[in-house]
Amino acid sequence: MSPLERFQDAFLNAEVLARYAPAILDGVWVTLELSLLIVVLGTLLGTALACLRALEIRALSLAIIVFADIFRALPPLVLILIAYFGLPGAGVFLSAWTVLLVILGLVLAAFAEEIVWAAITSVERGQWWAARSTGLGFGQTLAHVVLPQALRLAIPPLTNRAIAITKMTALGTVIGVPDILNQATTAQSFSGNASPLLLAALAYMAIFLPLVVFSRWLESRLTWVRA
Amino acid sequence: MRAMSRTTTPLTAVEEGVRAVADALPLTNTATTVPALALTSLAKSYAGVSVLRGIDLDVARGEMVFVLGPSGSGKSTLLRLCNRLEEPDGGSVRLSGEAVTGPGIDLDAIRRRIGMVFQSFNLYPHLTARRNVTLALRKVLRRTRREAEATAMAALERVGMADKAHHYPAQLSGGQQQRVAIARALALEPEVMLFDEPTSALDPELVGEVLGVMRDLRQGGMSMLVVSHEMAFARAAADRVVFIDQGRIVEQGPPEAVFAAPQHPRTQAFLARMQGDWGAA
Repeated sequence: MSPLERFQDAFLNAEVLARYAPAILDGVWVTLELSLLIVVLGTLLGTALACLRALEIRALSLAIIVFADIFRALPPLVLILIAYFGLPGAGVFLSAWTVLLVILGLVLAAFAEEIVWAAITSVERGQWWAARSTGLGFGQTLAHVVLPQALRLAIPPLTNRAIAITKMTALGTVIGVPDILNQATTAQSFSGNASPLLLAALAYMAIFLPLVVFSRWLESRLTWVRA
Repeated sequence: MRAMSRTTTPLTAVEEGVRAVADALPLTNTATTVPALALTSLAKSYAGVSVLRGIDLDVARGEMVFVLGPSGSGKSTLLRLCNRLEEPDGGSVRLSGEAVTGPGIDLDAIRRRIGMVFQSFNLYPHLTARRNVTLALRKVLRRTRREAEATAMAALERVGMADKAHHYPAQLSGGQQQRVAIARALALEPEVMLFDEPTSALDPELVGEVLGVMRDLRQGGMSMLVVSHEMAFARAAADRVVFIDQGRIVEQGPPEAVFAAPQHPRTQAFLARMQGDWGAA
């Protein structure tokens, strides 16, 4: 076998590809579903926490800051292992899928809270004054005046962070979530061939490359707004 | 001040009679003599530094009161205390006789009745001129979309901005933005309007259009408390000028009196500085 043929056999083995493509496609659905749920859970929870922080109740703000700092500081893999292998000892049994969703959702929420909070504080105080002076309440001012402006600022960094966190669904492999990478590594060990891993890489590209391009487009469209 | 000068002129028999009837009818009497805005011993300090040290000031119905003073004398703070965008440390505010300060007050309901116009306009940049005006009409007064839009267009018409109703703030000049901001406050039919240096952020050639709107409001009987450095406008349009320095009212009176013959040395010094180039007379 020539070096080229050996390379082709290792990464582009047609027989192996055909045999394991369905399993990897199953993994694609698991990854997609988890990613979507993590993005929804994380951004909604993060935005909600940022809004609660805007109430400027000292104890509440402190609790939110502690949460955000811990979940931003710890490696997500550590949190995943603690939740999956540690919680059952405390009588809490969660499936691997649930652990991955909850932990990554919380990690994204921690980052989203910081991003949205920074955006809220960058909205001028005069906007609050103007709205409150017309009789709008705190929640109405937040919902109709401050958040629309803040989210416009927050969306580009939020998109970047959402991509970074949802990519981490690959960590689910260590606790047995049947995502793309898990299907690929299983296929690789059964077949003794790396072609499924290449297929997995292609699947990740298909999911995340459009998102990366989308975030680039969003950034170019939205950054001029405050100029 | 206007009410006082009225009592000093001799009353005709008819006026005497009217007054007697008015006094006999408490409601009518209240409506004519209770000030639109009454500030009593209003005080505010930041980190132990007193900005306002007991301000007593009434704005009568239909009166335009101008507040003058050096920068840092607490003029803008005074306005923000009136609708409690900032909390006073002491003293009280009453709107048409109703308490604004004190426990158990529906602050949002009170604020709605006090219009406020800001130095930096503070229009909502993500909404068109018309939606800037309709927002509070819809969310605070719970008007239908149709009603809110009709009210908003009428308010924009009053400030000459109806033709720009669908423009975003960034598409408008400073003077136009400030007129929309006035329409936003006006649409809620406030009992008094607060102006916080409404022309300070404007290019000189745009000042006139905003002052013109304020003059129209004054002629329409709006009660107004204005913080501004527009001396010529104060002289021409104000009913009363109040000079504040170091957190206290130093001097007040009709503009012709305060400008022509200021009594207090600090007022004299301030006016000399402000009017230096073109004479204090």
